[in-house]
Amino acid sequence: MDTHIQVKNLNVYYGKQQALKNVNIEIPKKQITVIMGPSGCGKTTLLKSFNRFLELTDGTQITGEVLVDGQNIYDREVDVTEVRKTVGLLAQRPSPLPMSIYDNVVYGMHIHKMKKDRREYKAAVRHYLEIAGLWDEVGKRLHDPATGLSIGQQQRLCLARGLAVEPEIILGDEPTSALDPISSQNIEARLLDLKQQYTTVIVTHTLRQAKRLADHVIYMYMGEVIEAGPAKEVFTNPKHERTRQYLEGLF
Amino acid sequence: MGMKKNYWQRRHLMELFMKTLMRISLAGAAASLGLILWTVVARGLPALTWDMVTQVPKGGFYMGKEGGVLNAIIGSLYLALGGTLLAMLFSLPIALYLKTYLGSSKWGQYVRLSLDVLWGIPSIVYGAFGFTIMIAIGMRASLLAGIIVLALVELPIMVRAMDEVIRRMPADLEQAALALGSTRFEVSMQVVTRQMLPGIMTAILLAFGRGIGDAASVLFTAGYTDRIVTSLMRPTASLPLAVFFQLGSPFPEVQQRGYASALILTIIVLAVSFGSRWLSSRLNKYTIK
Repeated sequence: MDTHIQVKNLNVYYGKQQALKNVNIEIPKKQITVIMGPSGCGKTTLLKSFNRFLELTDGTQITGEVLVDGQNIYDREVDVTEVRKTVGLLAQRPSPLPMSIYDNVVYGMHIHKMKKDRREYKAAVRHYLEIAGLWDEVGKRLHDPATGLSIGQQQRLCLARGLAVEPEIILGDEPTSALDPISSQNIEARLLDLKQQYTTVIVTHTLRQAKRLADHVIYMYMGEVIEAGPAKEVFTNPKHERTRQYLEGLF
Repeated sequence: MGMKKNYWQRRHLMELFMKTLMRISLAGAAASLGLILWTVVARGLPALTWDMVTQVPKGGFYMGKEGGVLNAIIGSLYLALGGTLLAMLFSLPIALYLKTYLGSSKWGQYVRLSLDVLWGIPSIVYGAFGFTIMIAIGMRASLLAGIIVLALVELPIMVRAMDEVIRRMPADLEQAALALGSTRFEVSMQVVTRQMLPGIMTAILLAFGRGIGDAASVLFTAGYTDRIVTSLMRPTASLPLAVFFQLGSPFPEVQQRGYASALILTIIVLAVSFGSRWLSSRLNKYTIK
């Protein structure tokens, strides 16, 4: 297994409350890892430690290391904007920027000055909208406000926008929980399509989604990682009593 | 079980009472506005001749019955536009800094408190303050001095109005931009500003309205003259002072010209108001509701 993200002795505190307790895990490259567990178990906290989103909340304390390709992203000399460019995030609810559809996709490429001229930007916008499966629906109205899209389309727009800055890792914080079933399926299909090219980490609270997507599973409870391993093993033969109970739907 | 509404029930009576109270207040506010407009129009319109807006006063010092107030119209526009631009130059960075780096911290609260205090200071005090400084550095009453003092009057209004608008920025939106690897500065300039543009326009307009209507702060600092101002360093007339002087005149004809001047001022404020509303509805197109 090729490790992409390695977490070493990670502890996270919100004020006095400890949200993550000594987490040590490895996330495999170019596979889908699903983090699951009951609400409040720290799965979103773990996810947000990968793109340094925890520090957006006042009073958060973090100890330990998160290594992406061997580089600790919490090192002093690391540029947080580069971390977030490398590690993209698909949020729970889509939040398009207050711009046109075109400008939403181009925004990230602009701030990182990734292309040379307008033509290249245009081509890239089309490319990423196609990958997100949105081009056919919006190709003719790129300059309409992004808010005019349905919520499912908005989430795919956010996917296109995130992919446009050429990340290596995609984080998904319950990325389908605000969507209708068909839009959810659509997003899931995209994530499965993309897993050959990107390391994907998804937080979900639906077991069925976890089973559909996961190559690798992390099960958490009360801020601790209880069990982590290949999806097949964890789902068919959990080593821990708690994991087994969760999988059987006992809590 | 009867589902018929019993209007005599206490909670329904209470609702009816409060609703009536709100309607009375609303009607009161609307009536005062209507009355003010009616007074200005009824008394000013007969004296509002073409000469009023195309001529400078004849026969001296706002006391004449001939000529117009073109000098005051132009002076007021210069003063208010200059003051608003100058205030904007400082307000937007202050408001963004407040939001981006100070937030609701202790320092943020101190800054907001001082701005609120500044907002409450009567504009005559700003005028007197400006005048003191002008004397100290040996400056005469001039358009420039008027603009600077007006900018000071407008600054707290503008910053606080912008601050209230910017604070309502949805947190998700910022996070979305940060997640793409933006710096906080880029988020401020490209996302916050864009989302908040209609609100920021309103803040600017509010300050402009206060600026163009303010007489006390320009009384000592911008002075007055019968001529159209041609230089930043020369004194200038302004509409509020023209209204003040003309209404203070013992001659009914001149008083009527005062109402006409007030009508012109009102029309300018309304035009700017509607114009910016139209503009912000166009800017609104992309904002996230």
